Amino acid sequence: MAENKGVLVLCETKEGKLASISTELLGGGSKLAKDLGQELAAVLVGSGVSNLAQEAIAYGADKVYVVDDPLLKDYQTDTYVPVMEKVAKQAIPQVLIMGQTSIGRDLAPRLAFRLNTAASLGCLELAIDPDSKLLLQTKPVYGGNAQAVFTTESFPQIATVRPKAMAPLAPDQSRKGEVIKIDAGLDASAVRTKVLEKVPEEVAGIKLEDAEVVVSGGRGIGSAEGFQQLEELAKLLKGAVGATRPPCDNGWVPAGAQVGLTGKIVTPELYIAVALSGSSQHMSGCSSAKTIVAINKDPEANIFREARFGVVGDWKKIVPAFTEKLKELLAK
Amino acid sequence: MNMIVCVKQVIDPEAPPASFKIDPSGNKVVPPAGVSPVVDPYAEYAVEAALKIKDASGGKVTALSLGSNQLRDIVKKPLAMGADELILLEDEAFDGSDSWSTAYGLAMAIKKIGEYDIILCGREASDWNAGQVGSGIAEILGLPSVTLAEKIDISDGKAKVQRKTDEGYEVIEISLPCLITASNEIGEPRYPTIKGIMAAKKKEPVVWKPADIGVDAAQIGASGRHTKLAKLFQPVREGKCEIVEGEGLEEAAVNLAVKLREVKVL
Ligand SMILES: Cc1cc2nc3c(=O)[nH]c(=O)nc-3n(C[C@H](O)[C@H](O)[C@H](O)COP(=O)(O)OP(=O)(O)OC[C@H]3O[C@@H](n4cnc5c(N)ncnc54)[C@H](O)[C@@H]3O)c2cc1C
Repeated sequence: MAENKGVLVLCETKEGKLASISTELLGGGSKLAKDLGQELAAVLVGSGVSNLAQEAIAYGADKVYVVDDPLLKDYQTDTYVPVMEKVAKQAIPQVLIMGQTSIGRDLAPRLAFRLNTAASLGCLELAIDPDSKLLLQTKPVYGGNAQAVFTTESFPQIATVRPKAMAPLAPDQSRKGEVIKIDAGLDASAVRTKVLEKVPEEVAGIKLEDAEVVVSGGRGIGSAEGFQQLEELAKLLKGAVGATRPPCDNGWVPAGAQVGLTGKIVTPELYIAVALSGSSQHMSGCSSAKTIVAINKDPEANIFREARFGVVGDWKKIVPAFTEKLKELLAK
Repeated sequence: MNMIVCVKQVIDPEAPPASFKIDPSGNKVVPPAGVSPVVDPYAEYAVEAALKIKDASGGKVTALSLGSNQLRDIVKKPLAMGADELILLEDEAFDGSDSWSTAYGLAMAIKKIGEYDIILCGREASDWNAGQVGSGIAEILGLPSVTLAEKIDISDGKAKVQRKTDEGYEVIEISLPCLITASNEIGEPRYPTIKGIMAAKKKEPVVWKPADIGVDAAQIGASGRHTKLAKLFQPVREGKCEIVEGEGLEEAAVNLAVKLREVKVL
């Protein structure tokens, strides 16, 4: 058997371009490849994706595998797993990375089992151990209470990486690379699922994941009306409103507003946490925020261990005065 | 509909963060004193999903749990919620499992159970958050799978699964038998009724040892791992929160706004 070599990044596309997670992974992947002294390859899987190979090269890939087939238009476990198995057997990488996305979190584990290797999902950091040259896979465990570093001694070492955990390189359009087409070779009759519909979530205003400022409320907000005050503050700061799980469960905000382990992961410049206690499950969705500000009536609340600035007291008194003052300051 | 739901006993994930401690050996978590373990909340969503299907289309729900020292009062919860049977894969040989050895043990037990239309798992477990056991079982058994289910409908011998995606959701039709992992959008797990609790008290779980499911000791527990835990640590928090004060809360709020401007956060 040939020796496993190189780093392979699964690139996802969005609206006819490389998805931002994919350019991030190419950036992070090129660092890993350099530390291994090996090549960085990308793989594009989909329908009508061939034209993006040069973009992947511009973002750091030395080589791009392309599997372009109408059957790959939508992600399905039964089509992507055999295709990636084929790619992995041809590319024989040491490291295979994907995004912690709807695709990566479904594909990575199943592919790992098929290839008789292992995967770590939702990594915050990947590095090459200088001695063993193994991939050090750091990820949150115990709902964010701890982090674990895993290694795998079977190849390829597979990991999915959270959005915004890695930084893209500045694209260089003059870079040259090799493009290798691989035939999907799929048998449509072996596909046991069918995608009946895709329904995008409706978002008014800025998407949580993209917002520079997030104002999040917890159980202590108490009602949908309460969240309107947070909405006003978010609007003023050109940000988005998030929430812990209880407000979502209670229907005060849409389910899509949930931040945390089972919700969205946000990485804003400023995270304003109002009347939420700072559970590890919630914090694992926002702890990468640059600055956290806490408003909570309980001085012992865990959120004050995570925040940079805080005010202790009833949010109903604090938020209106804070919003008014900011309005005045920002108008200047 | 024959359904098998994989559940497990874990350290209560909602114990206060301050009570969370790592063993000095650096590879284990010390269960917090005075906090009893629970059925993994993610697995409870899978139980709820199975019971919803049972409510709508009838059927039998078998809960399957792997581990050692499973406290009967805890692991019987799926029975109290309405599951029909409980099978425990209980042996110290299962200790130290990772996703691989867990999925392998569960898959071999499912093979032994033999009859099933749908296997349900939680989307991940609240201890190691690996998110792989469901997909692993499906791969070992050669079944189609859908992960992150928000809603499941059964009709014409197929399942229609609403799957949570980054953009919203998608609806996937999948042939049976299949494996589905449940996300919290399935809906709050039902509370056990008094009747359910009484019935669960009377029911003894079936206990299987590795030999009962025909597994090789080298493929389960710590020896069946495909991953190594190199390090387990609690990230250090700077823990320097500056509490902004004032004469009364309104003034404190004003001072906070001024402060954030000053340090150019805004
Ligand atoms: C497996 C699992 C996954 C989970 N996933 C997530 C997730 O993705 N996201 C998530 O958020 N949670 C998640 N949770 C739930 C999580 O454990 C907590 O239960 C939840 O985050 C608590 O929300 P909270 O902080 O709003 O509520 P609480 O913990 O009840 O805190 C409310 C806070 O509000 C303060 N407060 C009340 N009234 C006022 C007032 N008038 N003024 C100021 N402060 C006030 C209180 O002092 C308190 O600190 C998960 C749990 C489990 C078990």
